[in-house]
Amino acid sequence: MADRYIEPDTPEMRARWGNFAWTPENAEKSKDVLSRYPEGRQRSAVMPLLDLAQRQVGAEENTQGWLPIPVMEYVAAYLDMPIIRVVEVATFYTMYNIAPIGRFHVQVCGTTPCMLRGSDDLISACKKRGMKAGHISEDGLWSFTEVECMGNCASAPMVQINDDNYEDLTAERLDKVLDALAAGETPKAGTQEPGRHTVEPVGGPTTLKDMVTENHDYRGEW
Amino acid sequence: MALADKDRIFTNLYGFQPWNLKEAMARGAWDGTKDILAKGKEAIVEEMKASGLRGRGGAGFPTGLKWSFMPKEPPKDAAGNPKPSFLVINADESEPGSCKDREIMRHDPHLLFEGALVAGFAMGARAAYIYIRGEYIREAEVLFAAREEAYAAGLLGKNACGSGYDFDVFVHRGAGAYICGEETAMIESLEGKKGQPRLKPPFPAGAGLYGCPTTVNNVESIAVAPTIMRRGAAWFSSFGNENNRGTKLFQISGHVDKPCVVEEEMSISFRELIEKHCGGIRGGWDNLLAVIPGGSSVPLVPAKDIIDCPMDYDGLKAVGSGLGTAAIIVMDKSTDIVRAISRISYFYKHESCGQCTPCREGTGWMWRVMERLRTGDASVEEIDMLFQVTKQVEGHTICALGDAAAWPIQGLIRHFRPELERRIAENMPEAAE
Repeated sequence: MADRYIEPDTPEMRARWGNFAWTPENAEKSKDVLSRYPEGRQRSAVMPLLDLAQRQVGAEENTQGWLPIPVMEYVAAYLDMPIIRVVEVATFYTMYNIAPIGRFHVQVCGTTPCMLRGSDDLISACKKRGMKAGHISEDGLWSFTEVECMGNCASAPMVQINDDNYEDLTAERLDKVLDALAAGETPKAGTQEPGRHTVEPVGGPTTLKDMVTENHDYRGEW
Repeated sequence: MALADKDRIFTNLYGFQPWNLKEAMARGAWDGTKDILAKGKEAIVEEMKASGLRGRGGAGFPTGLKWSFMPKEPPKDAAGNPKPSFLVINADESEPGSCKDREIMRHDPHLLFEGALVAGFAMGARAAYIYIRGEYIREAEVLFAAREEAYAAGLLGKNACGSGYDFDVFVHRGAGAYICGEETAMIESLEGKKGQPRLKPPFPAGAGLYGCPTTVNNVESIAVAPTIMRRGAAWFSSFGNENNRGTKLFQISGHVDKPCVVEEEMSISFRELIEKHCGGIRGGWDNLLAVIPGGSSVPLVPAKDIIDCPMDYDGLKAVGSGLGTAAIIVMDKSTDIVRAISRISYFYKHESCGQCTPCREGTGWMWRVMERLRTGDASVEEIDMLFQVTKQVEGHTICALGDAAAWPIQGLIRHFRPELERRIAENMPEAAE
């Protein structure tokens, strides 16, 4: 299990987050989330609502977002659940940040398929910039985690930064992405391999070549 | 014989064309869905059985047979009302090496939604939940948007496709827990709890989501169903060897010249698959060391055994491994094979849900010994002790995560024991990072 520690509950945290409530936009979204589950089963919405809450916190403080205890309490009250059941969920699933986090959460996949394609170099590149696990860089920009398989193995190695994946990386390509983010730009997500579209073989697909240029309908050939 | 493009199900696999409804329909999605449903539940289940489709999520259980396990008469709740049934679609693709469902969901999501309706109808389900792993953020955005399109076009929801059948599909995002790919953990997670697997029985077909009959299927198994229904079981079963029928998305990662995801015929040989689509092994075939053919959970296969092996359930079983999700991790001779497997051990340690002691304690214990074996800081007897411990974890846990943690290590010891002994003889602390 992951070694993670929940941010202690302090008067300062209460002062900052004790009045947490959905923004009008998120109040609408939370109703839509609830509508996905049968009546009386609103507890099923705890995961999407924790994600929504984390994103709201992130939007307020310009970070990836995290879940202070009072925010978890708000979600618990919203769903009429005991707070401990919410904390249980927040601590079990690794995508909920249970301690403060930076503007960009650099998550380098280090599992074997990425390792075989050079994820060590990506981790070194991050460390060279002073990133380390469980630590926010001084400028508040970077948090770093080595994560487990992200399911981008055919375009490995890869890094997920907040909501976007950057694939087919080298240390140099990662540096470019990080520099762009630091400069407030939006680097192209997905593969960083020139000429590659997604997960076709580099140099062009070996199958379904008609699809490259037109939305080909193969039914006529059945 | 090579699989022709016209026989590929996922024609927009690489996303060169838009995923949207209009384009998907022009490619053949949602084509005659109403007619498929008009055949009736039993006819659909029979056709799926006849197609020979085996579950694409790793276990390889016949899909049609699984659908037939759903009760014909719904069980009653305490008030005497019939309980609804659910289809849960497992999109929690987290097995190291696996990256196929992602391509289906972001590039051909309508095949999945159509499959959800066909499968849900065939098993008499009221609704489907697609449980997508939390890290697939952009992919989930596509699913939500594609779902909107399908509802707006009347393909899902009340009177889906004009069939007279009401069927809803919902998307539920996970939040980073490999274990939720286990079907009962997924159900727990959908109910808003920690993803810890349930004891079976009761099996989900009897009491699953919210205590109601539930079937859990992999994304690929569901997404191929409409095309099978359109083209017929005989078409699908014309591919692959006996008992291993159909087409399959293969995902090749690691030390090949061109890693990729590709749909091929089942039972294609490893050599042909790699030569045709991946530009060969990095450094040539003589440079191949070993292959993990089905995602991290299956034992590795040394080069000599894999090269001409048919890539299917039975072929890989014969060489002591398994097809799993057809996530093929290729390792050439530059690989530190002990580290490669040790990293997988770390993965299982990280992902153990902590419910069963043999797994919670065993995965950490095995990883720590693997790390010592990596540098040779161990004694030869410890290799046997490690093997014994893997045997004590295997089969002694509620779910298969314990087995999955044990098998890669067993494969390593079986095939690379001399390498482990060499490291112990040389004791190389410098091999540590």
